[in-house]
Amino acid sequence: MKSMGTTTIIEPRRGFVSIDLKELLRYRELFFILAIRDIKVRYKQTIFGGLWAIAQPFLTMIIFSFFFGSLAKIPSENFPYPVFSYSGLLLWIFFSNSVNVATSSLINDARLISKIYFPRIILPISTMFVSLVDYGVAGIVLLGMMRYYQIAITPKILLSVGILLLTMLLSSGLGLFFSALNVRYRDIKYVIPFFFQLLIFVTPVIYPVSVSGKFRWLLFLNPISGYIEGHRALWLGSYPVEWTMVGVSVVLTIIIFIIGLAYFQSVERYFADYI
Amino acid sequence: METIITVKNLSKSYDIGKKEKDAVFRDVIINTFLLPYRLLFGKRKVNANAWALRGVSFEVKKGEVLGIIGKNGVGKSTLLKILSRITEPTGGMAILKGRVGSLIEVGTGFHQELTGRENIYLNGAILGMKKKEVDSKFNEIVNFSGIERYLDVPVKKYSSGMYVRLAFAVAAHLDTDILLVDEVLSVGDVEFQQKSLDKVKDIASGGRTVIFVSHNMSVINQLCTRCLVLSNGKIIFDGDTEKAISHYLASEYEYFGHRHIKRDKKKVMQLRGVSLINKGGTPSGIVDIGKPIQIVVEYDVNRDVSHAVVYAKISSVEGVEFLKSTDKNGELRTRKAGKYKSFLEIPQFLINTGRYVLSAGCEIPDKNLVDTEVFDEIDAFQFECVDSSGTVDEHGSGILAPKYRWHTEKVR
Repeated sequence: MKSMGTTTIIEPRRGFVSIDLKELLRYRELFFILAIRDIKVRYKQTIFGGLWAIAQPFLTMIIFSFFFGSLAKIPSENFPYPVFSYSGLLLWIFFSNSVNVATSSLINDARLISKIYFPRIILPISTMFVSLVDYGVAGIVLLGMMRYYQIAITPKILLSVGILLLTMLLSSGLGLFFSALNVRYRDIKYVIPFFFQLLIFVTPVIYPVSVSGKFRWLLFLNPISGYIEGHRALWLGSYPVEWTMVGVSVVLTIIIFIIGLAYFQSVERYFADYI
Repeated sequence: METIITVKNLSKSYDIGKKEKDAVFRDVIINTFLLPYRLLFGKRKVNANAWALRGVSFEVKKGEVLGIIGKNGVGKSTLLKILSRITEPTGGMAILKGRVGSLIEVGTGFHQELTGRENIYLNGAILGMKKKEVDSKFNEIVNFSGIERYLDVPVKKYSSGMYVRLAFAVAAHLDTDILLVDEVLSVGDVEFQQKSLDKVKDIASGGRTVIFVSHNMSVINQLCTRCLVLSNGKIIFDGDTEKAISHYLASEYEYFGHRHIKRDKKKVMQLRGVSLINKGGTPSGIVDIGKPIQIVVEYDVNRDVSHAVVYAKISSVEGVEFLKSTDKNGELRTRKAGKYKSFLEIPQFLINTGRYVLSAGCEIPDKNLVDTEVFDEIDAFQFECVDSSGTVDEHGSGILAPKYRWHTEKVR
C-alpha cells in the first residue's frame, strides 16, 4: 500500500487564493504533456501545420510591403521594408496567437475541467507553447530573408530570447485574464481577435516609433510596443531603439501579469460550475 | 480501523441567478447601462439558491467500499465532484487522507488525433499518474485493453468499443489510496463489463478505499460494503447495502405510471417524461400482462440531431436488465428540433407478473458514452405486473410469460 502521507482538506475558500507552488510542481508532467499534445496535434494534423506557421507572417508581410512599403512609403529606418515588417510581425503573431489560444483553452478542454481536478492554470499557459514552436519555424524564414537582403546575422539575435520570455509573461497575464473571463462570458473569444486587429495599428509593427510624432505616448502605453522594437533591434543589429520604451513595457507586463493571475486564481474555483 | 475520509456538514448551493450557462459579455454591457433605470424602477431580484447538497456528514474507514445511490439530481455527482476537488463546497469540510484518484468518465482527455500509445500517457498524466508509473504499468494497461495491434493508430480510427476499453484500462490502473468511481462500468460489451467489474472488485479487495456511485443496483450490491442513500441533497439512509437498496427503492419510486422530468440544462436531447399505458389510455403503474403495454417516451430535441436513438428498458428491481429496445429502425434518421413522443409497444403475455423498473433514455449508440450532450437516462419508476385474466397458473415462474402450451402423451 502506497501512502504518500498527503492529506487533503476541502473547505470553501474566500477571496484571493494564493498559488500553490508545491502542487504546481507535482503537476509539471501534466503541464509538459499538454503542451506537447497541442504541438503534436498542430503539426500532425495537416502538412499545413508547419506551413501555416510560415504563411501567416509571410503573406501578411507581402501585403504590408505592397501597401505600406511600396504605396504609402512608410519609412523603415533604412532597412528593406519586407525585413522591417516581417521582424515585427514575427513577434506580433507570437503574441496575438498565444493570447488567442490561451483565451479559448479552458472552454476547449471543458470536459477535463468538469471531470477531473488539476491546477487550472496549467491549461492556458501550456497552450502557448504551440505559438513558441511556430515562432521558431517562422524565425528561420527571417534568417533567410536577412541573408537575401545581406543584413549581418549577429549573435545578438540570441538575446531576443529574453524579449521572447517577457512577451510570454505578458501573454500569460492577458491569457489568464481572458480565459477566465471566457468561461463566464462565451463571447470574449470573439472580441479578442477584433481587439488585436485594432491593436496592431497602435503598435510599431507596420511603422517605426520615429514616425509617431506627438502620439508617441500612445505607443508607450501599449505594453507590446517596447518588445516589438527591442526584438527588431536585436535581430537587425543597427536598428535604433529607445530602451526606455522596453523598460515601460516590462513594468506594464508585471502589472498585467499580477492582475491576470489574481483574477484567474480568485475565480478558478467556480470554473466547473459554469463550464 | 483508521478513518480515511471525514465529511462534515458539507453543503453546496448553486446561485440560480448566476448560473446562466451561456452568459455573454454583451449582456453585461447592456445591463450596466440599464443599471440606473433598474435601481430606480426595477423590482428587487430574489436571490434564489438551489441546494445540491445540504449538511452531508459521514465517515469512511480504510478499505471500505461505500456506495452512493439516489435518483438523478439528488447530489450524488456533486458530492463526488467536491471530494475530487473539481468544484468547491459552499459550506462544511471534508478531509481525505492519502492520494485521491477519480474514475469519473472514461476517455476524458483522450485526443482524437493522437495514437493509442500517446493517449495512454496523456490520460495517465491527466489522472495524476507520473510518467514512470505509466511506464511500469504500460504492458498491463495494453494487455487489459486488448488493443496491442492498434497502439500506434490515432484513436479517431478506433471503434467505440476499442476506445472505451483503452480508456477504462488506463483509469483502472490508477494506483491511489482513495478511488472515486462514478458510473463507469456500463461501458463496452458484456464481456468487457464483467472484466471491468472484476477489476473494480480487485481494487476494492486490495485494501483501498472506494466510493462508488451507480444506478445499477446489482453492481452496487456486488461491490459495496456499505451504502448511503441520498435524497434532495441529504443523506436519508446510511448503512448495510441491502437495506439501503430496499430503502431507496421504497422511497424513490412512485406507482403513478408516469414521470415528468424537469431539467434546467439545455442538452441536445432531453427527456421530458415517461409513461406506461396499458388499457383505457391513462397511465398506470399497475399493468395487466394480458393486454399490450405501451411505453411512451416524451422528449425535446433542442438542436437537429442525427443517428440518435431513444430507448426504453425494463429491469428487475435489483438492476438486472431484461429488455432494452431502441428505436433505431424507426423512420427518423435525423430529428429536427422540436418536441417528440416515441411509442414502444410490448405485446401481451411477454413478461411475467412481478415488480419491474422502467427506464428510458436517449443516446448516440456509435459514439456511445462519450457524447454527454445527447446521452440522457432516467430510472422512470417501478411498476407492478398483474394478471387479471387469472391464467397465471399456466405461466409458471420466471420472467417470461408467453402463452405456451404443454402437450403430454403417454409413450409407453
